[in-house]
Amino acid sequence: MTQTQWISRVFKPVVFLLCLLPLGLLVRNFLNETLSVNPLDDITDETGTWTLRFLMITLAITPLRKMTGWNFLTRFRRMTGLFAFLHGSLHFFTYLYFDKFFEWGEIAADIEKRRFILVGFTALSLMVPLALTSWDRMIRWMGGKRWRMLHRLVYVSAICGVIHYLWLVKADTSRPLTYGAILVFLLGFRLWDAFKPKPATKKPLSTETARPA
Amino acid sequence: MRSYRIPAIPSSEITPEETYVNRRQFIRAAAAMGIGMAANHALPSVVRAQDRWPQGKKGPYDTDEKVSTFQEITTYNNFYEFGTDKADPAKNSGAFKPKPWTVRVDGEVKKPASYALEDLLKGQTIEDRIYRFRCVEGWSMVIPWRGFQLSTLIKRLEPTSKAKYVAFETVMRPAEMIGQRRPYLTWPYVEGLRMDEAMHPLTLMVTGLYGKELPNQNGAPLRLITPWKYGFKGIKSIVKIRFVEKEPPTTWNIAAPDEYGFYSNVNPDVDHPRWSQKSERRIGEFLKRKTLPFNGYADQVAHLYAGMDLKRNY
Repeated sequence: MTQTQWISRVFKPVVFLLCLLPLGLLVRNFLNETLSVNPLDDITDETGTWTLRFLMITLAITPLRKMTGWNFLTRFRRMTGLFAFLHGSLHFFTYLYFDKFFEWGEIAADIEKRRFILVGFTALSLMVPLALTSWDRMIRWMGGKRWRMLHRLVYVSAICGVIHYLWLVKADTSRPLTYGAILVFLLGFRLWDAFKPKPATKKPLSTETARPA
Repeated sequence: MRSYRIPAIPSSEITPEETYVNRRQFIRAAAAMGIGMAANHALPSVVRAQDRWPQGKKGPYDTDEKVSTFQEITTYNNFYEFGTDKADPAKNSGAFKPKPWTVRVDGEVKKPASYALEDLLKGQTIEDRIYRFRCVEGWSMVIPWRGFQLSTLIKRLEPTSKAKYVAFETVMRPAEMIGQRRPYLTWPYVEGLRMDEAMHPLTLMVTGLYGKELPNQNGAPLRLITPWKYGFKGIKSIVKIRFVEKEPPTTWNIAAPDEYGFYSNVNPDVDHPRWSQKSERRIGEFLKRKTLPFNGYADQVAHLYAGMDLKRNY
């Protein structure tokens, strides 16, 4: 098998199954009754936390690729991004159902009134266009450059997600701040990468031509 | 004509109990997951009958609502001294030593003194009280506390006429309470009540629950319970009782003054700035209940706050 075949036939299915693991464990623990005595809150917390984790994993791929030169990593980026969207959607659904029982008036008032809900809602909304344009045909149709531009929205989504977490905790901010620190590093790397001085390997053409034959 | 005979059911047709119980559990679980929409099912929490406190109103202050299980009460609560997750108190309080225990009584009181807990309890009528418990986070339980009325203790301690408030303090033991090693709240935890609140017959000094000694995670060996207030007013593992003239500082008010007031009476009309207080999830239930003013104790306590603007004095 070629490297491409290895990735699409072996690694991708394996990574896909690994990504399903947290959700599988959550469902298993729910059915086994090994969650807390307030399982609905646990489901909300877990799906929210995994949304952030998948966002961080997705955002870590580019820095990791640049540091190691493992270009194949990019091929997993859309998958982990979609898993972030899946968990974010489930998280939102648990809020709509278990917390608000689809009382839309209440929900609208909540989103307007409570800044942590508004910022969380923003984070998820920003992922919608990214999920909708996540398949190959869309990339071709949009063109790679425009597609990449659009998908930078994920930076804003992740920032909103961390703020959502920070604003909802009661007193202990250590966990949201940890995600914040990771995000600052991942986004900071991109800034540094974009503005770093061009590497010296590209020697000016003149020295090349001036070399004696 | 032959009369109809009820056919014998072959034993192979009888569903074993294990299977049908599992099936019911599964259906309940499925309902909760949103597959079934007929919603007001109790959530899965299979409880053996002997684990359940005998139902029913015995005293005038008891509620006859369904009592939460011992497991619910002792595995899911906030006690930040042992960590900030609701499973942490049960997990991290094993090494805590509630014996021996001394309580310091001072301030505006005739005989300031330190009491061994046994001496403080001497002569107190210990009784069981089934109270509603409403957490400021929006969940609630029904708990059979064991303890005595704070009023009888206060009378014995003889506060002076200057005593307008009672201030309480939790023990400071970072070696046994891992939460106290990190400053997400100011330690030690402090709470307070106005004198008339402290003297109210509903106000309980708790030494046990479910007919047993108070577990470490629930505030052993001595805690406060004011059932018409949010749960965090019920300060745990008390080592100091001080009678004071001015409103004493309270820990959550120090942490976030716009979110937690001194009174912190349960009030569906005053939202927490970040979430609604209109409804609550009773642990074990799927649908939420409407939260009642003063947690359903308005008849007994509303007069304490007559003429006060409860939106300002939250």
